[in-house]
Amino acid sequence: MSVRKVIAIVLALLAAGDPGRAHAQGFAGLGSDAQNFSVPERGRELVFPLDHGPHDDFRIEWWYVTANLQTADGRPLGVQWTLFRSALAPGEGRNWSNPQIWIGHAAVTTADRHYVAERLGRGGVGQAGVIIDPFEAWIDDWQMKAVSGASGDQLDEIELRASGENFDYEIMLDAQGPLVLQGDRGYSVKSAQGQASYYYSQPFYEVHGTVTLDGSQIKVTGKAWLDREWSSQPLAASQVGWDWFSLHLASGEKVMAFRLRDGAGDFISANWISADGKSTPLPSKDVILEPLREAHVEGKSIPVEWRVRIPDKGLDVRTKPLNDQAWMKTSTPYWEGPLSFQGTTAGVGYLEMTGY
Amino acid sequence: MNRVAFAALLSHWRHRPLQLATLILGIALATALWSGVQAINAEARASYTRAASILEQNGLAQLLARDGNPIPITVFAKLRRAGWNVSPVIEGDYRFGPARIRLIGIDPLTMPTEGRAIAMSSSPDVVTFIGGQGLLVVSPATAARLKDLTSVPVKVSGDIPDDAAFTDISVADRLLEKGGALSRIVIGPSQRPGLPALADVAPELALQSAGDRPDMARLTDSFHLNLTAFGFLAFVVGLFIVYSATGLSFEQRRATFRTLRSVGISLRSLTAMLIAETLLFAFIAGLFGVVIGYFLASALLPGVAATLSGLYGASVPGSLSLRPEWWLAGMAMALAGTMLSSVQSLWQVRHMPILAAAQPRAWARASAMALRLQSLLGVALLMVAAALAFGGSGLLSGFAVLGSLLLGAALLLPAFLSGALQLAESRSRKAMTVWFWADTRLQLPGLSLALMALLLALAANVGVGTMVSSFRLTFLGWLDQRLAAELYITARSEAEAARLREWLPQHSNAVLPIWNTEGKVLGEQMQIFGVADDRTYRDHWPLLMGTPDVWGQVEKGEGALVNEQLWRSRHIRTGQTITLPEGWAVKVAGVYSDYGNPKGQVIVGLDALVRRYPTIAKLRYGIRVDPSAAPALKREIAEAFGLPDSNIIEQASLKRRSQAVFEQTFAVTGALNVLTLAVAGFAMFTSLLTLSGSRLPQLAPVWAMGVRRRDLAVLEVVRTLALWLATFLVAIPVGLALAWVLLAIVNVEAFGWRLPMMIFPADWLRLAAVALLAALASVFIPVRRLAIVNPADLLRVFANER
Repeated sequence: MSVRKVIAIVLALLAAGDPGRAHAQGFAGLGSDAQNFSVPERGRELVFPLDHGPHDDFRIEWWYVTANLQTADGRPLGVQWTLFRSALAPGEGRNWSNPQIWIGHAAVTTADRHYVAERLGRGGVGQAGVIIDPFEAWIDDWQMKAVSGASGDQLDEIELRASGENFDYEIMLDAQGPLVLQGDRGYSVKSAQGQASYYYSQPFYEVHGTVTLDGSQIKVTGKAWLDREWSSQPLAASQVGWDWFSLHLASGEKVMAFRLRDGAGDFISANWISADGKSTPLPSKDVILEPLREAHVEGKSIPVEWRVRIPDKGLDVRTKPLNDQAWMKTSTPYWEGPLSFQGTTAGVGYLEMTGY
Repeated sequence: MNRVAFAALLSHWRHRPLQLATLILGIALATALWSGVQAINAEARASYTRAASILEQNGLAQLLARDGNPIPITVFAKLRRAGWNVSPVIEGDYRFGPARIRLIGIDPLTMPTEGRAIAMSSSPDVVTFIGGQGLLVVSPATAARLKDLTSVPVKVSGDIPDDAAFTDISVADRLLEKGGALSRIVIGPSQRPGLPALADVAPELALQSAGDRPDMARLTDSFHLNLTAFGFLAFVVGLFIVYSATGLSFEQRRATFRTLRSVGISLRSLTAMLIAETLLFAFIAGLFGVVIGYFLASALLPGVAATLSGLYGASVPGSLSLRPEWWLAGMAMALAGTMLSSVQSLWQVRHMPILAAAQPRAWARASAMALRLQSLLGVALLMVAAALAFGGSGLLSGFAVLGSLLLGAALLLPAFLSGALQLAESRSRKAMTVWFWADTRLQLPGLSLALMALLLALAANVGVGTMVSSFRLTFLGWLDQRLAAELYITARSEAEAARLREWLPQHSNAVLPIWNTEGKVLGEQMQIFGVADDRTYRDHWPLLMGTPDVWGQVEKGEGALVNEQLWRSRHIRTGQTITLPEGWAVKVAGVYSDYGNPKGQVIVGLDALVRRYPTIAKLRYGIRVDPSAAPALKREIAEAFGLPDSNIIEQASLKRRSQAVFEQTFAVTGALNVLTLAVAGFAMFTSLLTLSGSRLPQLAPVWAMGVRRRDLAVLEVVRTLALWLATFLVAIPVGLALAWVLLAIVNVEAFGWRLPMMIFPADWLRLAAVALLAALASVFIPVRRLAIVNPADLLRVFANER
C-alpha cells in the first residue's frame, strides 16, 4: 500500500512553508524534499518490535487498520482505524515544542451510512503517541493496544478502539499468520525516480468485537489488515494521488496493489501473499487496474468499481464498493471503503483513493 | 376642527422662534450629553466582551486549577485520554523591549473553532502557526508597536484586540518559560456521551462555565458608572431648560387655551393635543440630540480610550460604531424627560378654570408653600447623604451620597437665596434699594430652576476640579518617590541580562533588579515583584503603613508589602499571613500606595523571590547614578551592548510619560465638566429670557415714577450678578463636600486608593470668571431689549388687563 495512506492530512502538514508551491509537490505535499529528514535505504533489515514504534527522524508514518466485518445476520460492515505521525521537523522537542503531529482517523462503513471521525494532537505531551513494549498506539481515547499476556509478536493480538459522532467500536484482532514485508524486504519503491518507503503489513487478522451505531450495539466478526509505513518523501513531485487495494481472497491468499497516478505515466506495484505469508512482488506490467464505474461523491467523480487483473496468477475480478459514498471528510479528504469482489475468485477487501 | 385647533396651538411657536429654539436645543442638549455618554459606555462594553470572547475564549467553558497554580501538562493528557474534548492555553504578559504584550498561546490542533480567534482553514496556515519560528497574530496597531522588537514573524489580523498576540502554545511556553504548564484548559462545545466525571479524572481542576462576565467589564464598572453619573447630571441640567421653556409656552398660551375651550374643544382633546405637541418636539429634538451625541461621543472617545488604557490597561478602539442600544436609549430619555418636564404645566392646564384670568398673587402664595416643602426635602436629602457617607459602603452608596448631596443642596438654594434677600431688604434704607431686593425676591421662583442648574454645574466643577488637582499633586509627588532610579533598562535576553549584571556595577552607584512573576494571590491574578536590599527603597518607597522593621523583614523573605488596592479590597491587616503561588506563606509587613494600577500587587525580597521562583525573567533593572551622569551612561550602555533606545529609559522621560497618561485620564472629565457648565449657562439664559417677557408689569410702575429705562437695565444686570454671586458662594462649600465624597468614598470604591484633599482657590477664581462671563452673556439680550423697550409698551401695562 504504499503511499496510500499517505494521507494527506498529515501530509498537508508536511508541506511546511510556502503554500503556493504545494500543488507542485504531489498530493498533500508528499512530494516535498526530504530536507533534514532521514530517507529509506534499500537493504536495511526491519527489526521487531523496534520497528513497530515511531521513527521520529522520518517525516511521515502510519499505523493503519482496515477490517471487513459482518454482523450476526450477515450484513457487511467496514471499520477503519488509523494513526498518522507527521513531523514538522525531525526528532523530538521539549513539551509543546515537540515537532511531531499525530492525526487519528476512524470510520465505520455500512451499506447506507459512512461514519467518520478525526483527532489531532501534538507529540511530547502525552495526548498521542506510540510505545512498543507493551505495544500501544493512541490518540485521546482511541487506542490500538497489544493484548497483555499474548506471546509472539507484539502485534499478534491487539485491541482496537475508537469513537466519533454516533459511533464507536471495540474489536479484538488475532493474527493467523506472520508479518509480511512489502516490496524488497520492506523497502517499497513508489516512483520511477526511486522515491520509496519502509512498508510491512499484517494481513491475517481474524476479528471479533462490538460496533455501536446510533446507540445500538452490534456484534461483529471478520478479517482485518494492518499496514505500517514510514518515509520522508514517498511521492515524486508529479504524482497527484493513488488508488490502493487490499484483497482477502477466498483461498486465504492476499493481494496488495496500488497505482500512483502521474501525468507522465502511472506507477503500479503489487504483492501476491500466499496463505502462509510468503511475498511475491509482481512487476508493474503484470498488474492491470481498470476503473469501471464512477460515482458522484461530494461533487467529484470517483471511480468506485474496478476490474483487477493479474493474468500470471489467474486473477480477474470486479470490485464493488459496499457504499459509494465512503468519503473521509477529514482535514485532507479522501475516499476509503470496504469492497467485495467476484470473478475468477471472490472475497472482500478495502479500496483507498486519494487526490481526486 | 381639531386640525384647526392644533394649528392654532402651534402658531404660538411661529411667533416666538427663539422660544422654540430654546426648547428644541434644551431637549437636544440633554439628550446629546446623555446618549453621548451611553454611546461611549456601549462601545467600551462591547469591546470588553469581544476581547473576552477572543482572548479568553469565554464563550466556552474552561477548567482552572483549584489552587490557582499552573496546570501540569500531564493533567491535560489525562483528560484527553479519558475522552474529554479539551484544549490547552498558556498565556501571560511578555515584554518585547518596551512593549508589554499579552501572549495567548493556543494549540490549533485541539482548539475548537470558536476559540481560535483567527481562521486557520488550510493546513499551510496551521503549519506556519505551529512550525518554524512560530507566528504572532496581532492587531495592526500592535504590529506597528512590535516593529523591530522581535524576531518572531508577525501576522496582522483585524480581529485581535490591541496589545495582545495569538501564538502557538509552544511559542508562548518558550517565551514565558512555563515549562509546559498550562494557564487554563478550554472545553470544546461537543463532547462524546458517557465521559468520566471531572472529579474522577482531574479533581484538582475546577469548572468555570461559559459566558462569565469579562474581568475587564468588572474592573471598569466604576469608571463607566462615573461617566453615566456625569451624563445624567448633564441630562438633569438640560431638563431644567426644557422645563422652563414648556412652562413659559403654556403660560403664554393661557389666552389661546381659554379661547379654544370656549369654542368647544374638550379639555380631553386639548390635553391630547398638547401632549402630541410635546411628543412631537421631543421626538424631533431627540433625533437632533442623538446625532449631536454621536459626534460628541466620537470626539470624546479617543480620550476615553486613553483613560481606560491608562487606568486599567483596557484596550478600546478609538472609533465609534452605531449601536441601537444607545440611540434607542437616547430617544427614550428624550421623550421621557420632556414629558416629565411638561407634567406640571399639563396639570395646570387641566385644572385651569375656563374663564378665570391668571392670578399672580395666589401663585406667589402657592409658591411660598412649595418653597417650604422643597426646603424640607432638601434638608432630608442632605441628611440621607450624611448618613450614607458615614454608614454606607460600596460604590453605589458613594454615588447615592453624591446624588443626595447635590440634589439636596440644589433644593435648598431658593430658600437660602430668599433668606439672604430678605436679610438684605431689611438692612436697606433707601426706597429704591428696598424695591430692588423685594423685586428680586419676587423673581426668585421663576429663576430658581436656572439657578439650581447653575449651582449643580458650579459645584460639580469645583468638586471634580478639586479632586483632579489633589490627585495630580499627590500623583506627581508619588512618582518622584517611586521613580527613584535614574535609568531603567530592559535586556533583550537572559544572556544579555547576565552580562549587564557584570558590567553595570562598575559603572553606577547601584543596580536594582526589577524582577517579577505573576500568580494568584487571594484568588486574584496579580504581579509579585522582588526588591533588592538597597537604601533607595528604604529612603524613597512610599509606604502608607508598616511594621517598625518593615524593610528588614522584606529583605529576609519573611515579610511582604501589599499595595493599597489589595489592602483595602481584602481588608488585610499588617501581620496577617497571605499565601503566594506555590504555597509560599508570608506576613504582610506594610502597605504602599500604587496609583494608576487597577489590580492588587505584592512586593517581596528579591532573594526570596528568586529562591521561590527560580525561572522568573531577570531582564529589567533600575540604575542609580549621579543624575548628571545619566545621559552619558545611557549612551555608554547603548554602545557597549547595542541596546536599542527603547530599552534604556531615562527617569525624566518615564515621568513625562506617566504624567501624560495622567492628563489624558482626566481630559474627558474636564470636557464633560465644561459641557455641563455650558448647559447650565444656557439654562440661565433661557430663564432670564423667559422672565424678561413677563417683567414689564413690575417695571412699568417704577418707570412711571421716573426711573430711566437705562437705569432699570443696569439694575437688571446687577440683580443677575447678585444672584449669580450668591449661587457661586453656595457652590463652593457644596463643591468641596462633593470633592470630599469623591476622594474619600468614590475613589476608594472605584480605584482602591484614597487621596489627601487639597484646596485650590485659584481654580475657583478661574471658574468664577468663566461663570461670570456666562451670566453676563445670558443677561445681555434681555437687558438690551429692556433698555430700548418702547415706552408705549410700558404704558400699555396700565391700560390692559393681562
